[in-house]
Amino acid sequence: MVNTTIGSSKDDLAAVFTQKASLVSAFVHDVKDRTGAMDKTLELLAQKLPLDPQVASEKKIDSSVRILAAPNLDNDGFQQLSDRCRAFPHIHLIRDGLRDFPGGIDMGVTTADFGIAETGTLVINSNYEQTRLATMLCEVHVAILAVSDIRETALSMNEELETLVRQKGSYTAFVTGASRTADIERVLAIGVHGPLELHIILVEEK
Amino acid sequence: MESHESLKSYKNRLDDALDNRFLREAMDKFAVAYRASRENAFAGMDVADLIQQVADIKAAAIADSKALLDQFIRKAKAHGVHVHLADRAEDANRIIGEIAQKSGSKKIVKSKSMTAEEIHLNRWLENLGLEVTETDLGEWIVQLRKEGPSHMVMPAIHLSRFQVADLFSDVTGRDQDAEIDRLVKVARKELREKFVEADMGITGANYALADTGTIGIATNEGNARLVTTLPKVHVALVGIDKLLPTLADALTVNRILPKNATGQAITSYVTWITGPSECTTTPSGKREMHIVFLDNGRKKIAADPVFSQVLQCVRCGACANVCPVYRMVGGHQMGHIYIGAIGLITTYFFHGMENAKNLVQNCTNCGACKAVCAGGIDLPHLIKEIHARIQDEAGHPLQSLLLGKVLKSRKLFHSLLRTAHLAQKPLLDKKERPYLRHLPMIFSPDHNFRRLPAIADVPFRDRFEKLHQPAKNPGFTIALFSGCVQDFVYPEHLEAAMKGFAQHNINVTFPMGQSCCGLPAVSMGEKSAARDVALQNLDAVYLDGVDYIVTLCASCASHLKHGVPKLLKDYAPEKAAAFADKVIPYSVFMNDIVGIESDVSDGANAGRKTAFHSPCHLCRGLGVHNTPHELIEKSGNQYVPTEEEETCCGFGGSFSTTFPAVSNEILTRKLDDVTESGADLLVTECPGCVLQLRGGAAKQGRKFTVCHLSELLYPRSDP
Repeated sequence: MVNTTIGSSKDDLAAVFTQKASLVSAFVHDVKDRTGAMDKTLELLAQKLPLDPQVASEKKIDSSVRILAAPNLDNDGFQQLSDRCRAFPHIHLIRDGLRDFPGGIDMGVTTADFGIAETGTLVINSNYEQTRLATMLCEVHVAILAVSDIRETALSMNEELETLVRQKGSYTAFVTGASRTADIERVLAIGVHGPLELHIILVEEK
Repeated sequence: MESHESLKSYKNRLDDALDNRFLREAMDKFAVAYRASRENAFAGMDVADLIQQVADIKAAAIADSKALLDQFIRKAKAHGVHVHLADRAEDANRIIGEIAQKSGSKKIVKSKSMTAEEIHLNRWLENLGLEVTETDLGEWIVQLRKEGPSHMVMPAIHLSRFQVADLFSDVTGRDQDAEIDRLVKVARKELREKFVEADMGITGANYALADTGTIGIATNEGNARLVTTLPKVHVALVGIDKLLPTLADALTVNRILPKNATGQAITSYVTWITGPSECTTTPSGKREMHIVFLDNGRKKIAADPVFSQVLQCVRCGACANVCPVYRMVGGHQMGHIYIGAIGLITTYFFHGMENAKNLVQNCTNCGACKAVCAGGIDLPHLIKEIHARIQDEAGHPLQSLLLGKVLKSRKLFHSLLRTAHLAQKPLLDKKERPYLRHLPMIFSPDHNFRRLPAIADVPFRDRFEKLHQPAKNPGFTIALFSGCVQDFVYPEHLEAAMKGFAQHNINVTFPMGQSCCGLPAVSMGEKSAARDVALQNLDAVYLDGVDYIVTLCASCASHLKHGVPKLLKDYAPEKAAAFADKVIPYSVFMNDIVGIESDVSDGANAGRKTAFHSPCHLCRGLGVHNTPHELIEKSGNQYVPTEEEETCCGFGGSFSTTFPAVSNEILTRKLDDVTESGADLLVTECPGCVLQLRGGAAKQGRKFTVCHLSELLYPRSDP
């Protein structure tokens, strides 16, 4: 068991966050900067098995195509990702229009606003419908989190959370691990209505 | 479940559940695993302090609920939410039906909501011709089976993977393997279509934050997120008890809710929604959002000084997880809609006396629920209060009425016991320790699961003068409170104790006017008799010069210490408090006050492997856990731990005679646990537990013997 008194230094928080997120089967990757995060994302996508469509689709999608949604990256970030994807013609990068993919997408990559070390939780501003859909309809969710945005506990960052929640039309998501159930014989199964896998890319430099 | 079920028909259902081998095994595994995972989730945290924080937050919110509701409505309306108030279940159903019709919704997806179960919302909507699909895996399974949930958090816990596979084979028209991962993926696929086609989504809410007009929903599967994102209309059905002032309050409650529910540090998702969020398929670009606040008796509960704490419930389901009866019979037999200890109580308020009258009796009063309750609710006490209330409203059954009447008069009660002693003579086994050979006619054959002891030839009260040795310069003066079982059935427990008192120069008084402690009356729902008896005992025991009131019965001790002051709070509060203050259980008195050393036993009775059964009223009622272990070691015997030392033995006073089949199953599990430990001897500190355990061990031919702690410390010299 780890010590529950969480250290306040940045590295300590990142270590506790990583440990707690791993406990709930999230995969945590450390990278130096945003370029590293993009590389990691594409590496994960390259390893991914073909999509298992949940809804019978009218048009047949080529099984080599990988749909990658990046709805909440800023313009620079999206451009950067888009430039990289050009080298991989089978990657279909989208920023919106996710309702056209009810059967699912391969990967959703989003930034996370905060991390909560105590429980390994991501806080994601999901007010934008496309962000919500990307994190719900994807088989693999990749969340990019800056180490400097990790906080000790939810209560310790109450003011920051209230700022998010207070907005009219706010949809604020705490995400901890992939979707799961134990409804049949109390046996844990990962991947129910949400992502089958959650990857968190911890970025050292913001 | 019909609403006028007889006790007999209810018992038949219990018997069926006890015969369900899958259910029994699943529940047993769950009970043991839950304990470990909960402990793990709370490792390093001050749980009692957390529970107190939650209890305080919820209690304050209940007291302030009108203002919080007004504040919430103001905020939510400003965000563009349509807020509705429903006084009764039908009102909420009608409102939600109208929302569906006005918005032209035909297909509805739902995430799990106990509040929707409470009002039978699906039935209502389906009668309007709407298609309603539950999207939580467990809820979907029970919906397809046309059942209700059997647990508040795990609705399909009563079913095996094979039953689910058969069900899914029917639904999909294809053979499905009984492999859990695959079955989960079947649900993922089958339900995705429903999400996409749905016009309207219905959720409950775990939290409603007045400060910001936000609802909070905790889920694991991700279904509630889709329910609140894909359809054009979102309706949240929220009990007014879910209102909290601020986000910080909800975050505090959320620190304990998932840990208590499933042993998770936090659920996979916690979703905070503040008004209509973006929805690209509507002309306005915003989802149509409705919040329906449900009263359905909650305001009445909030105004009730005894029951307002019921609303401190956060719906974690932990009270079911630790309940020995739930473990034996499952949720469909342990609640109407709401399951577990809280279900026994809320059924009365939400679904009426008829649905509650059998359920409230199905409680051993072991207190395991109270010990884990996230909201700090005194569940066993409230169950007894409901029982008493139902009897006051519907009439007291003859048996209970007689018990109450008899207990009110100590002389009548004691002379009846003496008469019963004579009447039992032809029925006795002629062994050294007499058991009743046949049961008297008033008991039916199914009470025969344990051998019942005979009433002693001479009760302790008639032996006291002879045993009493006045102490010179006594270290302590005690009043011995015998309780009726030790006085009339097991006087030898007290005789053994008297030996020890004499050895340690303790002055013992035995107030002859003492009667039953009154707990049996409480457990039969005879509150006024219990109060009379408590007052009699207060009069009987002179406190002047008495250092302690010592009792060898943990149930008496716990009732005298905690129950009596509660009963007499409007009658003799100070006197009751002074009395309660002096009450001490035997083990604590001998070990911590007298401080006996390890020289109490002779060689002949030493060296045995000795397990301890901790009476519920000792470990949870009085917070005594390790003292008896120390005394076992001091007796020269070796204490051996058992897996479920602090789990109820199934006695529970009148519980074991009302529900003998369930009592027997709990007992058997207990005896198995002791057998597994390899113990030669099982010691306990309550005559009720001795009666249950010794009678059961004799009936089942177990290899170990059962005795009271006093008999272990001071065995009879000549058998």
